[in-house]
Amino acid sequence: MKLAAACLSLGLALVLVNRAEEKTTVKEIKLPPDDAAAELKPGPGVEAVRAQCAICHSTDYIVRQPGGDAKRWEAEVKKMVTVFGAPTSDADAKVIVEYLASRYGPQAKKSSHSKAARPR
Amino acid sequence: MPFLHPLQDSAERDAILAGGPLVRYPEKANLILLTSRPPQLETPLHYFDRAITPNEAFYVRYHIFPIPTRVDLATWRLRVGGLVERPLELSLDDLKTKFPPTRLVAVNQCSGNGRGYFEPHVFGGQWSNGAMGNAEWVGARLQDILRAAGIKPGAAEATFNGLDEPAAPSVPDFVKSLTVQHLMEDPDVLVAYQMNGAELPMLNGFPARLVVPGWYATYWVKHLSEIMVLDHAFEGFWMAKAYRIPDTPCGCVEPGSTPARSVSIQRMNVRAIIATPKNGARVALARPVTLKGVAFDGGYGITQVEFSDDRGATWRRVELGPDFGRYSFREWSALWIPKTPGYYRLMVRATNRAGESQPIEPLWNPGGYLRNVIERVDLTVA
Repeated sequence: MKLAAACLSLGLALVLVNRAEEKTTVKEIKLPPDDAAAELKPGPGVEAVRAQCAICHSTDYIVRQPGGDAKRWEAEVKKMVTVFGAPTSDADAKVIVEYLASRYGPQAKKSSHSKAARPR
Repeated sequence: MPFLHPLQDSAERDAILAGGPLVRYPEKANLILLTSRPPQLETPLHYFDRAITPNEAFYVRYHIFPIPTRVDLATWRLRVGGLVERPLELSLDDLKTKFPPTRLVAVNQCSGNGRGYFEPHVFGGQWSNGAMGNAEWVGARLQDILRAAGIKPGAAEATFNGLDEPAAPSVPDFVKSLTVQHLMEDPDVLVAYQMNGAELPMLNGFPARLVVPGWYATYWVKHLSEIMVLDHAFEGFWMAKAYRIPDTPCGCVEPGSTPARSVSIQRMNVRAIIATPKNGARVALARPVTLKGVAFDGGYGITQVEFSDDRGATWRRVELGPDFGRYSFREWSALWIPKTPGYYRLMVRATNRAGESQPIEPLWNPGGYLRNVIERVDLTVA
């Protein structure tokens, strides 16, 4: 309920900015906070993930992925460091990959119905 | 002809994808939350029972954070520079008054729309089919802007940058490019400042965004602030490394494999979406069921939509709604009366003016792009 009230006042603030009587040249919005439900699973290394990964993005970027093995997560962490410039040490990166692979590992194989097409 | 047993597979994945919480963001209706920061918000499927997607329901997708949350039109300018005779600095009023306003209805679809259904699963936003929307855009023709700036000989590409700037200089800024040839041949590429009769919502690119009809949304740069004309092909991260598809005719490879060569994603393929009934719904025997949805493609235009209730053995054409142009969603609807109790799989496929249609089995690529398998809903008739 509190959340709903907060959202409502947020929307109201927006209306006030946009519909101010004198014509304003400014449009402004306020973003809600990170989704609290996207909490990381507990486990060794979770502090490193919180400290490093969450600098640039919310944790739902982790918890809503389909899951992957250490190799898959290592590639992701490497991308964050080499491409996106995450200020993560090699030691921290290792801890983070271990945490991710153990807590967000590959999902069980799905049903056999979903065959994919062969490339033409 | 019904199945004897329920079909579990698609409903199962649907439940996972639709399981995301609904959230309310500024200027937006309740949307499905994929991620908060940067925000990725998905349009619930029921909005696709009509051709035009309301602004407040239009999906949201950003790449880097922070994103623009405040724009002052007194200082916002669209800068046009690089290989041009006359560099420009255009205010929003300039865009509206110095160039003839052009109106166009066009689909904006994320390259990864439907990625959540990929098997084997791939990383990236786990979208169901709601990373898309269709709007009436009004804006200045990019051709007119480029003519006003005067492209110099030797121009090869133009880059498009928006107000979203990375927090750290090490993060690649979100910049996209298109060839000058594309821009000069296609009069429908717009710098749009109006969406469905209103200003753009902040989260959809206020005050202006690029509209590249027929092409995936990755090119539709939001909060557009800079156009640079180059004499070479742009090699930035978001062109050279991201949004790549296998260099094969289908843009697909053997599931789970790595393509030998890749190319930038471009034009959308043909799709038909079923907005209603919901997958997994129960319907009453001998009572008419209304099926509704939209169909679209990369700009040839949809010519027919067909429906099957017998696993694709036979197809019949369904009713099409008004034609808003070759880049628009085309509404479709059908009435279906189940005559026998059991489990049904209803399928809908579209065909465009070029004769292109949709595959019965999904194609696969490592980026989770180009999904256009024939969509289906499984119903229980009792």
